[in-house]
Amino acid sequence: MSLYRDEGVVLRTQKLGEADRIVTLLTRNNGRVRAVGKGVRRTTSRFGARLEPFMHVDCQFATGRTLDIVTQAETIAPYGMSITDDYGRYTAGTAMLETAERLTAEEREPAVQQYLLLVGALRTLAGAAHDPGLVLDAYLLRGLSVAGFAPSFADCVRCDAQGPHRLFSVQAGGMVCGSCRPSGTVAPSADTVALLAALLSGDWPAADSSQPRTRREASGITAAFLQWHLERGLRSLGLVER
Amino acid sequence: MYEGVVQDLIDELGRLPGVGPKSAQRIAFHLLAADADDVRRLVAALTEVKEKVRFCTVCGNVAQQEQCRICLDPRRDPSVLCVVEEPKDVVAIERTREFRGRYHVLGGAISPIEGVGPDDLRVRELMTRLADDTVQEIILATDPNLEGEATATYLARMIKPMGLRVTRLASGLPVGGDLEYADEVTLGRAFEGRRLLDV
Ligand SMILES: [Zn+2]
Ligand SMILES: [Zn+2]
Repeated sequence: MSLYRDEGVVLRTQKLGEADRIVTLLTRNNGRVRAVGKGVRRTTSRFGARLEPFMHVDCQFATGRTLDIVTQAETIAPYGMSITDDYGRYTAGTAMLETAERLTAEEREPAVQQYLLLVGALRTLAGAAHDPGLVLDAYLLRGLSVAGFAPSFADCVRCDAQGPHRLFSVQAGGMVCGSCRPSGTVAPSADTVALLAALLSGDWPAADSSQPRTRREASGITAAFLQWHLERGLRSLGLVER
Repeated sequence: MYEGVVQDLIDELGRLPGVGPKSAQRIAFHLLAADADDVRRLVAALTEVKEKVRFCTVCGNVAQQEQCRICLDPRRDPSVLCVVEEPKDVVAIERTREFRGRYHVLGGAISPIEGVGPDDLRVRELMTRLADDTVQEIILATDPNLEGEATATYLARMIKPMGLRVTRLASGLPVGGDLEYADEVTLGRAFEGRRLLDV
C-alpha cells in the first residue's frame, strides 16, 4: 500500500455498504479519481463533511486493490455551503460537476486545465456575484473548449470568412457564413451571439448586462452544443433552475 | 459466472443497497447451504412485507393500513409537521420522544446528478397538506448533508410565502466531542443554527 497526496474537487458521492461512500474527485495531478471514504456517513466522522460534492479538498490517498482509500482530507474551500443555500446555484453547480465528470472520460488521465477551470467556476458560483445560469453556461462553453471543441462566435467555422454571421450550426461548432450554410442551422439574435462570445471570453460586465430573453436563447444553444459533444445527455441539465 | 438459477439469485441480491458482487455471492452460497426451513421463513417474511406493508396515503410513512399509526393517533399535534427523507428517519426521530407532531416523508432528497428533481419526491403532496390552515409550523429534518441541505433550501423557498413558520433541525456539533475536532462545515452550520440562552 502506497500513499499519495493531491488536491481535488468532489464531483459525486455514492453510498457504499453501511457507512462508507465512494467519492469521485477531479484532482489536480491525477485526473478523475474514485476512492472510498470510510465511515464518512456517520455523524461522528472526522471528514465526512469534507467529502461532499463541491468541496475543494487536499487529500491523502492510499492505493488499494480496486479502489483507493481517502485517509485524510483537509478543506481548501467549502464551496458547498454557499452553493446549497440557493437552489439556483445548487442546480447550476450540479450540472457543472456532472459535466466535469463527463469531459474527463478516462479515470486517472491528468486534466489540469479542466481542474483549474472547475475550481474557478465553483469559486465564481459560490461568490454569488453573477447569475448562476450565466456562470454555468460560461463554464460549459469553456469546458468544451478545453476538451477540444472550442466554438466560434465570430468568423465562419467552416471557411474562416470574417464575421459577424447570422447562422449558428451546432454540428459545425459555431457561426457559419451564407455560402457554407450546412443543414440544421439556427439564427440566434445578435445579442445572443454577443452574450455567448462574452461568456466564452469571460467578459462579465457584458454578460451581466444581458436581458433574460437573451440568456434563455444563449443557454438553449449552449445546451444543444454540449449534448452534441457528449454521448449521453446530462441528467442534471434538465433540472437546472433558470 | 455460475449456472442459471444460482447466478439469478446472485444478480438479484446484488441489486440490494449496500450489497456488492462479492457480498451477493457470499449471501447466495450461505442460502444454498442453509436449512430449508430458515430459507422458507425468509421467503415468507419477504412476501408478507410486500403484501401487508404499504405507504401511508397521508404522510408517506410505512403503514399497515390506509394511514400509518402516527397519522391515526389523535394525540399527535396536527399543527406541527416534520419533513424527512425516508421512513427510517421517522423511526430515528420517534426514538428521541421529543417530537409530538406529525410527519411528511419525501421519499428521498433532490439529487440532480441522479436525475432526481422535486417532481420525483412527494413535494406536491406536501403542498396539498399545507393548503388548509391545520399546519402552522414546518420542521425541515432532511439529512445534514449536501443534498439534504439543498432539499431544505428548495422547500423553505416554496413554503415561506405561505406564511408558515419554517425551521430547520440545527445541524451542529456532536454531543460528547471537543470543539477543536469539529470540521469547518459542521462548525459553520453550528454557528448559523446558534440559539439564544434564556438565563
Ligand atoms: Zn463559410
Ligand atoms: Zn401517515
